[in-house]
Amino acid sequence: MTIPLRLDSRKAARSEPDLVQRPVAIAIDHVSKKYGDLDVLKDCSMTVRRAEVVVVCGPSGSGKSTLLKCVNGLEGFQAGAITVAGTSVGDRRTDLTKLRSQIGMVFQHFELYPHLTVLQNITLAPIRVLGRAKSEAIDKAMSLLRRVGLADKAGCYPGQLSGGQQQRAAIARALAMDPIAMLFDEPTSALDPETISEVLDVMTELARDGMTMMVVTHEMGFARHVADRVVFMDGGCILEEAPAEAFFAQPSTERARSFLSKILRQQ
Amino acid sequence: MGGIDLDLIAATAPFLWDGLCTSFQLLLLAMAGGISLGAILAVVRIAGPKPLAALAATYVNGLRSIPLIMVILWFYLLMPLATGRPIGAFTSALVAFTIFEAAYYSEIIRAGIQSVSKQQLAAATASGLSQLQAYRFVVLPQAFRKMTPILLSQSIALFQDTSLVYVVGLRDFMTAVSVTANREGHLVAFYLFAALVYFVLCCTGAQSVQLLKKSMVSQ
Ligand SMILES: Nc1ncnc2c1ncn2[C@@H]1O[C@H](COP(=O)(O)OP(=O)(O)OP(=O)(O)O)[C@@H](O)[C@H]1O
Ligand SMILES: [Mg+2]
Repeated sequence: MTIPLRLDSRKAARSEPDLVQRPVAIAIDHVSKKYGDLDVLKDCSMTVRRAEVVVVCGPSGSGKSTLLKCVNGLEGFQAGAITVAGTSVGDRRTDLTKLRSQIGMVFQHFELYPHLTVLQNITLAPIRVLGRAKSEAIDKAMSLLRRVGLADKAGCYPGQLSGGQQQRAAIARALAMDPIAMLFDEPTSALDPETISEVLDVMTELARDGMTMMVVTHEMGFARHVADRVVFMDGGCILEEAPAEAFFAQPSTERARSFLSKILRQQ
Repeated sequence: MGGIDLDLIAATAPFLWDGLCTSFQLLLLAMAGGISLGAILAVVRIAGPKPLAALAATYVNGLRSIPLIMVILWFYLLMPLATGRPIGAFTSALVAFTIFEAAYYSEIIRAGIQSVSKQQLAAATASGLSQLQAYRFVVLPQAFRKMTPILLSQSIALFQDTSLVYVVGLRDFMTAVSVTANREGHLVAFYLFAALVYFVLCCTGAQSVQLLKKSMVSQ
């Protein structure tokens, strides 16, 4: 990942009207969720179109991770509906295992399997879930590892890699399933400042290649330059959903404004 | 002491050796069976449907409140009544040990599973693995790695417990010693010898577990 990236080159390639034409990949429709008595999500609605990058931000505890986990059915919800590529996540008849195999997820703490090598981490699900031949899965894994700049780490265990390398391996693991969309939950917030960019570079390239991405992050540089739209959450509500330029130029709610100024001051 | 007559022990060695082999056979098979059944019980208790989990919990708690010797004896006496024909002492003892030890192993494995972060399970299921596959390929291997020293310690205790099979007349090492001692009339010598053998074996086992633990920490 040494190629210097012109971050905004991805967005220059497409225009707003073009985006609206695209089919919806993820539709979240009036979703509410409780943990016991606690309302974690309140009437949340948003969409992610195909090949679109949507950044979700908001203060700690606002429900960002929960919203993400609802999308691939890791968490259930009590009201509303979520559809991914036309399949309803909340429907009892939906084969959740199959749906999850089509959605890649990247976690804050990487969650590579520590007892398996990087290569085995990447080939496990393709072999066991998709029934791919081992040699085919290995070929694909190696090409993905080259893509994220880790071809020489295939035989290493996760514990032998730096945080940035682990996260890139985790991205490769998700990509090995040929997902129709990728979910990221604060993929860089557990990383040293020096390694953050190597992960963001991989994500930027992925976005440029047309991957559909829903990204929870506080990396406002990434949001501004790579995201098409930004969603702002607070207290379980989606308070804003706006094109990235508009969001950064002038957030329409006071809470988003103060969140943004706070976070930009930190960075 | 001067009571240990080496020639005598050498003369009876083949018989004692057979007994020791029986003890080891029982140990290894009961370990394999107990750990497998224990793993199933642990997974059912953690991830299974509620009624099944409750059943597994009852099983584990029930067996842990009965003395092992009663399980061995009851099983030996009741099985023929249930099946209509006698089952051998070895089979009977093996099954009794397996179902008894499974209860203890399952508690160890359950703690091991709970020590694996929930996020690992989330990552595995997020990738499309079924719950069962996620446990089999991701959670259990990590749990076993962490739990190996404790599982081995439990197995050392199991080895000592195999001496209880005298109640069903199985010729394990202890029974062989006891038979020989009575026949040859050197009770003290033979029982001292038996104690020495158990002591050396279990100490070696415990030392190996310690070494394993150390090497795991330094890894
Ligand atoms: N398993 C759970 N049981 C009960 N409450 C939970 C659970 N998981 C999350 N919560 C609560 O739900 C709310 C939203 O949590 P969530 O993790 O979605 O927030 P977040 O926006 O991702 O925060 P952060 O930026 O800290 O990651 C919080 O108040 C949290 O305490
Ligand atoms: Mg979160």
